Amino acid sequence: MTATDLRVIAALGARSVKQTFRRPQLLAPIVVFPSILLAIQTAGAGRAVDLPGFPPVDNFLSFMLAGAMIQSTLLAGNSGGIALAVDIEMGFTDRLLAAPISRFAIVLGRLAGTAALAGLSAIWFIAVGLIFGASIQEGVPGALLMIFFVVLSGVAFGGIGASVALRTGSASVVQGLFPLVFVILFLSSAFFPDTLMLEPAASIAKYNPLSFIVEGIRDPVISSITWSVFGKAIGALALVGAIGIGLSALALRRRLRTGG
Amino acid sequence: MPAIEANELERTFEGGVQAVAGVDLEVADREIYAFLGPNGAGKTTMVRMLTTLLRPTGGSARVAGYDVVTEAASVRRAIGVALQEAALDPLMTGRELIRLQATLHGLARQEGHEKSDALLERVDLVDAADRQVGTYSGGMRRRLDLASALVHEPKVLFLDEPTTGLDPVSRRTIWEEVEQLNREGTTVFLTTQYLEEADQLANRVGIIDDGKLVAEDTPAQLKAQIGHPRLEIRLVEDVAERAREIVVRFGRPLPSKDGAVLVELEGGATGVAPVVRALDEAGLTVESLDLVEPTLDDVFLEKTGHHLEPEEPETGEVE
Repeated sequence: MTATDLRVIAALGARSVKQTFRRPQLLAPIVVFPSILLAIQTAGAGRAVDLPGFPPVDNFLSFMLAGAMIQSTLLAGNSGGIALAVDIEMGFTDRLLAAPISRFAIVLGRLAGTAALAGLSAIWFIAVGLIFGASIQEGVPGALLMIFFVVLSGVAFGGIGASVALRTGSASVVQGLFPLVFVILFLSSAFFPDTLMLEPAASIAKYNPLSFIVEGIRDPVISSITWSVFGKAIGALALVGAIGIGLSALALRRRLRTGG
Repeated sequence: MPAIEANELERTFEGGVQAVAGVDLEVADREIYAFLGPNGAGKTTMVRMLTTLLRPTGGSARVAGYDVVTEAASVRRAIGVALQEAALDPLMTGRELIRLQATLHGLARQEGHEKSDALLERVDLVDAADRQVGTYSGGMRRRLDLASALVHEPKVLFLDEPTTGLDPVSRRTIWEEVEQLNREGTTVFLTTQYLEEADQLANRVGIIDDGKLVAEDTPAQLKAQIGHPRLEIRLVEDVAERAREIVVRFGRPLPSKDGAVLVELEGGATGVAPVVRALDEAGLTVESLDLVEPTLDDVFLEKTGHHLEPEEPETGEVE
């Protein structure tokens, strides 16, 4: 990776962010939908915190913040995949591939953009949470840790979206993953503790890597940092990230070999 | 050293479709070479292989002295590419796009900015530079695409159907720019489905059909290969038979219709005056003369057995 490659990654990342802000329909899934869901769930199911076995939290909004952030990040990854597929469809990727840069820098540029958007969404939800009565037990370091996890999640989930985009070259196929995002979300502890779920959802949520990531983001909000939770979150992120980036590399190699 | 060299270059896609079937090619330094052929002839596949976007499945090719497979990075540093349908992000501004292209080619920030500004001025897009590309007309997009391919001053420029779909005015603007670039020393390899474009712009033309190079030469030589210019003579009186007896001394008579006399002139325009003089001396009064040159379409028909049918240009666009 050369200095030029790093500049290209930064430039392509900046392009991704600008692209999202210039097309409101790309911003909606990342900010608007999760904010609406957060408001509805918090207003409608706020008394869930009184259930026996519910983790000790100040309020339901504090519990839900991590879920909203991870929903936003999953959708940012999906949107990043759609944008990459659109680039392939309209031939913009060819422009990048014809340049004397590392070809994987094109994927990393897209992931950098997704990570930046994820970071911005984390800041947005922290601000919304604090304004509406949530509190972060670990204070500023806890907030920074949340942003750190969300940014890494952006890279990991962005890798999955990018791999599908590179493999299929079709924006509609990547868009087809949208419902799957919600299945994965609801079969994790993003919106509800897995200990209170019915089987088999409880078991699936318990081992869903997304649950480990969500718990890592939630941990500094509801308690002091637990290193075992932190470690599991890092492990899950490493696993999802390795799968996403690995599949992206394979898909890119195949695309370059076959020409489509 | 040739700017582009291909030996038995082939590309077969999954499913066995052979898009390029063993093409030999040599493009000299500072030449404008046009690859002429209909849609699906293999032009774009050829460009994609020469620009390292697609690996050949057979044969070899060198661009600017570098092998397109084993020295692909060096090829990419030496070339500029403007691909079919101007693959531009409609959400970016023209300035952002050229600056991104400068970054992709490793230009330092300040140098990239200066080059971008100069190129925007060159292609007359300064006023539109900060507008999103989605608001540009087809001609403006092509000019921007061309400018972005020049940001690193490439030795060899590949233009894949640079004027397809453009109106005649926009097309001529692109031609003038390509000619200017060539005068400045850039080798240009362009694909086209427009006969006029190949005829006007190219030093040499390669005709590709069904993945094979079926003819290659200067436009004049290609036309000469299939025949000489024809002189169509119309006389004031109905004396075509007498006229035919005279013109046969100057060239091969051809079948004609509507009472005209048609003769193939080896010398082209220089052979017209003696014919007119001979008719005059014989007391025959000429009503009109028309020297008809063979066209590249005649060549295309002769070499491939069918006419070239390009796409209709877009209409009604406003810059």
